[in-house]
Amino acid sequence: MSTANLLERRRVVSALLAGRKETIVVGGLGASTYDIAAAGDHDRNFYSWGAMGGAVMIGLGVALAQPKLPVVVITGDGEMLMGMGSLATVGLQQPANFTVIVLDNEVYGETGGQASHTAGTVDLVGVARACGIADARTLSTMAEIESFTAAMQDISSGPRFASIKIDSANLERVLASRDGSFIVTRIRGALGYGPI
Amino acid sequence: MHARTDATSETLAETTPSWPDDIFAILQRFDVRQVPYVPDAGHSQLIERVLGASAMRAVPLTTEEEGVALLAGAWAGGQRGVLLMQSSGVGNCVNMLSLTQIFRFPFLTLVTMRGEWGEFNPWQVPMGSTTAGVFELSGIKVLRASHPSEVREVVEAAAGQVYNACTPTAVLLSQRLIGAKVFTK
Repeated sequence: MSTANLLERRRVVSALLAGRKETIVVGGLGASTYDIAAAGDHDRNFYSWGAMGGAVMIGLGVALAQPKLPVVVITGDGEMLMGMGSLATVGLQQPANFTVIVLDNEVYGETGGQASHTAGTVDLVGVARACGIADARTLSTMAEIESFTAAMQDISSGPRFASIKIDSANLERVLASRDGSFIVTRIRGALGYGPI
Repeated sequence: MHARTDATSETLAETTPSWPDDIFAILQRFDVRQVPYVPDAGHSQLIERVLGASAMRAVPLTTEEEGVALLAGAWAGGQRGVLLMQSSGVGNCVNMLSLTQIFRFPFLTLVTMRGEWGEFNPWQVPMGSTTAGVFELSGIKVLRASHPSEVREVVEAAAGQVYNACTPTAVLLSQRLIGAKVFTK
């Protein structure tokens, strides 16, 4: 499904990361990682190529370790659905520096466009709110995304959750690094931690 | 109910065991900061200590695989952690355990065993029987402690190779050590 009034994912992610400053960004398995790479490689980018359902928990681990830095997870609806329990875990921890953003195209784009649960009955914003993430919202316009981008920098008012309905068109892949040791060592280095 | 305090059988220790405190002291010494867990009766004393420690963050999980991912993130952010779970939770972790090979981060898990020593509940036996094999197939070293007197040195060895050598390790805390859970009507 490609609907004219839905937002274009690369434009959305570029806007989300334009003013990122010291933010650590965790991508979920699939197109969201390509979107983050397309917005520009960065030594604070955590790319995922597997471990489906783990993006929010990876982000939570970083957020608890670095409470003074904004930490943002950008993932897709399918990846979020597989780790839905992690929203309950985030709700319990209430990390104030943490933001979860779901790029919701209502399909599994990597595997042929099969419908996800969000195309049917599931409301992820409602799930997040019910898990105790009080600041849970849908973003529908670029203006809303730009003001949310500023809010993401506030490390005292999270956790927050946003769902952005995006166009389901498959875009050309922008391949981020697949080397986990490189990715994690680079982030640690950016934060001042050396190898063992 | 899993609370061992509900049981009054002689299979349980007469007094509070000291090995959970030994484990806690080791975790403190190795500067472990994030402690994700799914509760288990055998871990109850250690979980209480963690909840009372200002330098440690206890993170209750909805499923054990969350803890594997959390510890990968913790390491990226500069902190060490340990995952506490029961043997039945190990099966929930399988795909997420790939992170230990992908990121080569210091992964330590302490697993209380069920289904191997005087078990009452047959549903615990299949996963309890494959716990060590699942870890080994996933590239995780397996150490085991079966007696109170050896817990300290086994956990210390595990923590040493995890945090000094980034060698992912699981310590199985035998059901013999913890005591078979007693089911009463």
